[in-house]
Amino acid sequence: MSAERVAVVGIGQTKYAAVRGDVSLPGLLREAAYRALDDAHMTMDDIDAIVVGKAPDFFEGVMMPEPYLADALGAVGKPLFRVHTAGSVGGSTAIVAASHVESGVHERVLTIGWQQQSVSEAMWALSFPIPFQQQLVAGAGGYFAPFIREYIRRSGAPDDIGILVALKDRLNALKNPYAHLHEPEISYDSIKESFMLWEPIRYSETCPSSDGAFAMVLAGEKAAEASAAASGVNPAWIRGTAMRSEPATASGRDQISPKAGQDCAADVYAQAGITDPVADIDMVEMYVPFSWYEPMWLENLGFAPEGEGWKMTESGRTRRDGDLPVNCSGGVLSTNPIGASGMIRFGEAAMQVRGQAGDHQIDGARTALGHAYGGAAQFFAMWVVSSEKP
Amino acid sequence: MAESDMEDRSTSTMPGGLWTQPSVSVPDIGDGEVIQRITEPASLHYSYTPGRAPTRFLRGLAEGKLLGGRAEGHDAVYPGSRGMDPVAARPTVESVEVGPDATVTAFCIVHIGFGEKAPPTPFVSALILPDGAAASMYGTVLGIPYEEVRIGMRVRPVWVPEEELGLTSENITHWEPTGEPDVPAEQLKGHM
Repeated sequence: MSAERVAVVGIGQTKYAAVRGDVSLPGLLREAAYRALDDAHMTMDDIDAIVVGKAPDFFEGVMMPEPYLADALGAVGKPLFRVHTAGSVGGSTAIVAASHVESGVHERVLTIGWQQQSVSEAMWALSFPIPFQQQLVAGAGGYFAPFIREYIRRSGAPDDIGILVALKDRLNALKNPYAHLHEPEISYDSIKESFMLWEPIRYSETCPSSDGAFAMVLAGEKAAEASAAASGVNPAWIRGTAMRSEPATASGRDQISPKAGQDCAADVYAQAGITDPVADIDMVEMYVPFSWYEPMWLENLGFAPEGEGWKMTESGRTRRDGDLPVNCSGGVLSTNPIGASGMIRFGEAAMQVRGQAGDHQIDGARTALGHAYGGAAQFFAMWVVSSEKP
Repeated sequence: MAESDMEDRSTSTMPGGLWTQPSVSVPDIGDGEVIQRITEPASLHYSYTPGRAPTRFLRGLAEGKLLGGRAEGHDAVYPGSRGMDPVAARPTVESVEVGPDATVTAFCIVHIGFGEKAPPTPFVSALILPDGAAASMYGTVLGIPYEEVRIGMRVRPVWVPEEELGLTSENITHWEPTGEPDVPAEQLKGHM
């Protein structure tokens, strides 16, 4: 039995900000959802099921918010399914939504990822004391900074590669009206001089805390073609989806380039018929919450040999005008509503192959990779979308 | 409520253009500054019952020993209170003393600490591999200028005075250098 073809036919996102005090959480979700439905030329009536994702509940301290949000999500009387995979949740949620259609059970599915970081205490949520265990007193970035230091040691990368990533992503964000951070004055020197938080990570090499939501409408082949005929926008066909995970601490695990990430990439490339990732993929939306993760993931995802990801960054190949543009939207470094961040990567990849990305559009992008990771760099979710039907 | 507002709230009709919040009317609340956000601390007290593996680990700590667990028929010793070997997917039924000497496998210099237990900044937060263990645990490295900490540096735990030992991880306050030669970093791969 072959799976149903699935496409992204509607995309909507909110304006991201440190505090979206102008809307309630239900209002935030509706802002994204209605924009996605509008884009798909559909109404809530057309939707068969809703799949949602956000970061763990202790971020905001409201347990299982999805039942009270059912009305706002248009889910009353419909299946409402929530996905939990830490920081990769936005990506995993989109994949689960796709499987709802792929299976043939539903024809049109609305998927939403969100976070309201303004009402949460992320530093606490990422390092709260667990009984009888030593508390991680280093804060959020203190968990990943040692792995970055080890990457720099192994690869021999110059110590300013992280600055180059942050500068590129923040400049890219200026072309994305929805991005949280718009810093036209940002420069190499201003990043270099920004406060050192978790050496080697500086303040300007770290993601912000954002409020926001991202929504997509996924449809089966017939519904996708009907939607595209109505909207006049080409669907983004899903060519492959993959998820992998591994334990946070395990003998033999390599936190610098986790095997789960390598396996996830190999799986999604095989499904999409990608044999030479740099040549076959036109752009990447990659989950980079700390600048150095760009070169690290370039290697993990097979775009560069081990130890050489930083050379792609340094030579400008991941800039908008490079041969593998990475994070044209500004990335997680410019916008980070945690539960939405993975879905933004997946959705921005879809926007690119639909030709919908506005000022940050890569001309002629036909195949794009959306990537998300979470937990202790242990949960991975990826999809490949294409302007061409599989 | 006006009819147009009702339409805006419906889940089954698409309003024209982008959806916006219906306008609200609030009774006069005076000219004072509008309060938009408050911080409301909350806490929850509960009793926690450790299972077998944490019990073994905590009893070891109370005797000034660092214990790890090993699954039957497997070599890897995991330091701390975990009850399972995540690779073998088997319970760690055997207690094995590890350390106390250990090696720094990775670290960062923290300039913005978190929590009441955080030392004054800057300080070093490190992954520390006790001798005989297969994976590292988090700890802080003090007793040396932070810029001199290295991957591969040998360290030992610093315990609270014997009369203060309890059933807690806080028995080890931090780690400090032993002065032994460094372990080559390549040997530490796979043990962070």
